Amino acid sequence: MPESVEKVPIKLKVNGRLHALSVEPRMLLVQLLREELDLTGTHVGCDTTYCGACTVLMNDAAVKSCTMFAVQADGAEIVTVEGLEKDGQLHPIQKAFGDSYGLQCGYCTPGLMLSALQLLSRNKQPSEKEIRKAIAGNTCRCTGYQNILKAIQLAAQNMKGA
Amino acid sequence: MKEAVTMLAQLGDDAKLLAGGQSLIPLMKLRFASPQHLVDLNFISGTSYIKEENDALSFGALTRHAEIETSPAAAKIPIVHDCAAGIADVQVRNRGTIGGSLAEADPSGDWATVLMTLSTEVRCLGTNGSRTVPLRDFIKDAYTTALGHDELVSAVVVKNPPKGSGGAYLAFKRSAPVYPTASAAVQLTLDGDVCNDAAIALGCVGLTAIKAKEAEAALRGQRINEKTMAATIEAARAAADPQSDMRGSADYKRALVGALVKRAIEIAVQRARGERVEVSHIYA
Repeated sequence: MPESVEKVPIKLKVNGRLHALSVEPRMLLVQLLREELDLTGTHVGCDTTYCGACTVLMNDAAVKSCTMFAVQADGAEIVTVEGLEKDGQLHPIQKAFGDSYGLQCGYCTPGLMLSALQLLSRNKQPSEKEIRKAIAGNTCRCTGYQNILKAIQLAAQNMKGA
Repeated sequence: MKEAVTMLAQLGDDAKLLAGGQSLIPLMKLRFASPQHLVDLNFISGTSYIKEENDALSFGALTRHAEIETSPAAAKIPIVHDCAAGIADVQVRNRGTIGGSLAEADPSGDWATVLMTLSTEVRCLGTNGSRTVPLRDFIKDAYTTALGHDELVSAVVVKNPPKGSGGAYLAFKRSAPVYPTASAAVQLTLDGDVCNDAAIALGCVGLTAIKAKEAEAALRGQRINEKTMAATIEAARAAADPQSDMRGSADYKRALVGALVKRAIEIAVQRARGERVEVSHIYA
């Protein structure tokens, strides 16, 4: 591996804020978010494209940020869990996860909420089957998923008309 | 695309193409691949499309699985929709590409298995121009294709199946993000009760997707009944060449192949008769 790698300038919007920075081409998007921008809500679980703890939205599509290079997000709009809350108000998805006990240790929760956000922004009234499919790429080792399903159903209800 | 090919040629063996990255990046983390240079195809415009032309469906190499999953044009060939909608999970389907999947030639990949049951051609672009390779000649071995070092996949062209044809793709998986334990793709053409043509491919049970030719022969020209079905399943199980691994023993996978082929034939028959049948993979 080369000792020093030439950095690449990139510009990207994260949670509505424009950032211009220089990154090593081998840096992963999740490292950029956590280590350069200090947005540590996005977690690294398995680091093998399995668990989905690192899920963020890139241009409105859920992606595993451990399986993308930061330079690939040049020009993109990223939403992380820190971008869900608006003006001190929890996002309906965040509120529903709390109200439905959709989390225990909370490690997988940011990723699950971003997967839920992709689903609910494209499908206002998802069936249980559709919810299950939408979160199939997010592993939770605590809840058994039942309350996560309830949380997303509740969020869908509360987001109606929004 | 031409620029990417030129870069590949200049950088030599230390360079790799980066498409969706959903296999390559994990392989790099494990140091199974350690390219010194990556040529990222994602910023090249016009490489992601689904076009209906000349009685065929053309996919740009960088077309994401998710785009195929939601494409009304792709839904006209139900087995193609089955494949796209069942690959891994939402996040992986949002990034992973059809061209990248074929070019990687993972023995457990879904696209090669499915597209082997259809008339599929792979468009390859190299420094010496472009050429078209039938899929059966494109996949050479596990992780090995007909692509030269300075070549890339530019498009995948799938001929529309004839009238009276129906297909289905089923995989058995332990969970969504993992590769299937085994999978089966079946495309049948019916004339009344008689099966005029049959294509059967098996995934994850050999070094490449396996075309189960004797299983196809057991159906071709026959009525589909208990007897011909049993012969087909037996031949499909014999065609499988599975390895015992963490996903299951070889015997288990062979048994699984039989069950998957049976179900896929049943759904393919329904679809060939014009019925709408929704398919989802089977989870352990």
